[in-house]
Amino acid sequence: MTTNSISRRRLLGAGSALAGLSLAGCASTDAGPSIGRVVVIGGGFGGSTAAHYLKMWGGNIEVTLVERNASFISCPISNLVLGGYKQMGEITKGYQGLRAMGIKVVQGDVTAIDAAGKRVRLADGTQLPYDRLVVSPGVDFMNEAVAGLATPAAQAKFLHSWKAGPQTVALRKQLTDMRDGGVVAISIPKAPYRCPPGPYERACMVAAYLKEQKPKSKLLVLDGNPEIVSKKGLFEKAFKDRYSGILEYRANAELREVDAGNGVAKLEFEDVKADVINVIPPQRAGDLARHAGLINANNRWVNVNWLTMESTAAAGIHVLGDATMSAPAMPKSGHMANQHAKVAAAAIINQLKGLPVNATPVVMNTCYSFVSKTEVVHVASVHQYNAEQKTFVPVQGAGGVSAAASELEGRYALSWADNIWADMLRA
Amino acid sequence: MSPFRTLAVATLALTSTWAAAQTDVNLARNLAATCANCHGTNGNALGKDVKPLAGVPAANIVGLMAAYKAGAIPNTTIMHQIAKGYSDEQIKLIAEYFAAQKPAQK
Repeated sequence: MTTNSISRRRLLGAGSALAGLSLAGCASTDAGPSIGRVVVIGGGFGGSTAAHYLKMWGGNIEVTLVERNASFISCPISNLVLGGYKQMGEITKGYQGLRAMGIKVVQGDVTAIDAAGKRVRLADGTQLPYDRLVVSPGVDFMNEAVAGLATPAAQAKFLHSWKAGPQTVALRKQLTDMRDGGVVAISIPKAPYRCPPGPYERACMVAAYLKEQKPKSKLLVLDGNPEIVSKKGLFEKAFKDRYSGILEYRANAELREVDAGNGVAKLEFEDVKADVINVIPPQRAGDLARHAGLINANNRWVNVNWLTMESTAAAGIHVLGDATMSAPAMPKSGHMANQHAKVAAAAIINQLKGLPVNATPVVMNTCYSFVSKTEVVHVASVHQYNAEQKTFVPVQGAGGVSAAASELEGRYALSWADNIWADMLRA
Repeated sequence: MSPFRTLAVATLALTSTWAAAQTDVNLARNLAATCANCHGTNGNALGKDVKPLAGVPAANIVGLMAAYKAGAIPNTTIMHQIAKGYSDEQIKLIAEYFAAQKPAQK
């Protein structure tokens, strides 16, 4: 029966003028008929891993990865670039490893997802038909939530640098251009946002740079949250022991407004003037999810069926990573997006083969943060699927944080990066 | 064996058969994939700082994970925390999967 349905689908596909487009250049060498066509949109931690594992596990499956950028640039480790301890080239990876395994990698912008017609349209007019679609859109910024931040001029001045790339380079330049004795401010949005410990790691990297190179300078950490969101004790210790006199942390300091002309960040009760103001704005699921009508949680995120990662808003569309409405205590991290991708890949292959999906998936998270250029702290958690609650639940008694920062974990952090990049990109 | 006990054993056997029928044949593969972020795709880790798992005898992995769970490994940073997140049955499946993987040439 499975064979029949696949034959029918392939027959229909062969009759379609569109089929040739998706087949061109990605004919599989595996024997037997293709089990189906999967298009993956977004070549970050979620999408790249999904493409890799769909191909590795799916055998004769047609996988197309659509990504707007020519290369992948990693957010994890990018805070070290801000500190001056890593170069952009060290966090930039290509898609050649995925191409070499028979995945068709298309550089392009998606302009429309036709869920009913099961096809994706790109800006250049290309149409990609699919049996199942994976969308890993990351986050986009709610600039409208901060008064004065909606203009291009304001966004050019108050960089987010929360997507690694040109903004990482630009913020590094703002820091190196600043005089000794200047003031840097980092604004952290209320949770949830991408990478819970990331802003505090950034604070450590910027403070480390100032301490070494510009010791008369100050760093203000303006946190919109009532306390440090992740690894609280470890970051508090780092701030106090390593960066006292340079770094000043303020809780409940939500950014209300920015004044680009005067370089001022306006909080509820005070105005903060600084030479460099890094505004990490509030976030929501990426524009792609919004345009496709997938956002159905708090007007910001995408609800998914955790057994398959399929959107509850559209059948046949699987959504990964930061864009999802997170399960309890599940962080929005690159590591977690990679884990989502494996749940989705396994489910999609079973669905294409007409098999039941794995009823007991597990995901886990490990996140390393640099508190100095060599010393690192971690947080880890394991999440088992709970059939009654229909969601992933963190295992009580498992997981936790480092006892203390160490250079050993510094080595583990860099090893983690090399291994997860290879697990995504086969490069 | 009492009739009640016989019935209980029979029911258990039936339940196990039913559960086995519902288990994804790729469960071990899927579970092992959760380790790849640090230990490499299919257990082939890059670099010297993390142990590769491909081709390691299953009993070694099972024994090590049990020791991590029990807090019997000194100076560990993270594995004692992660090991506790998996059941013994899951660890056995993961270990068997990695044992069957071919170590990559370095």
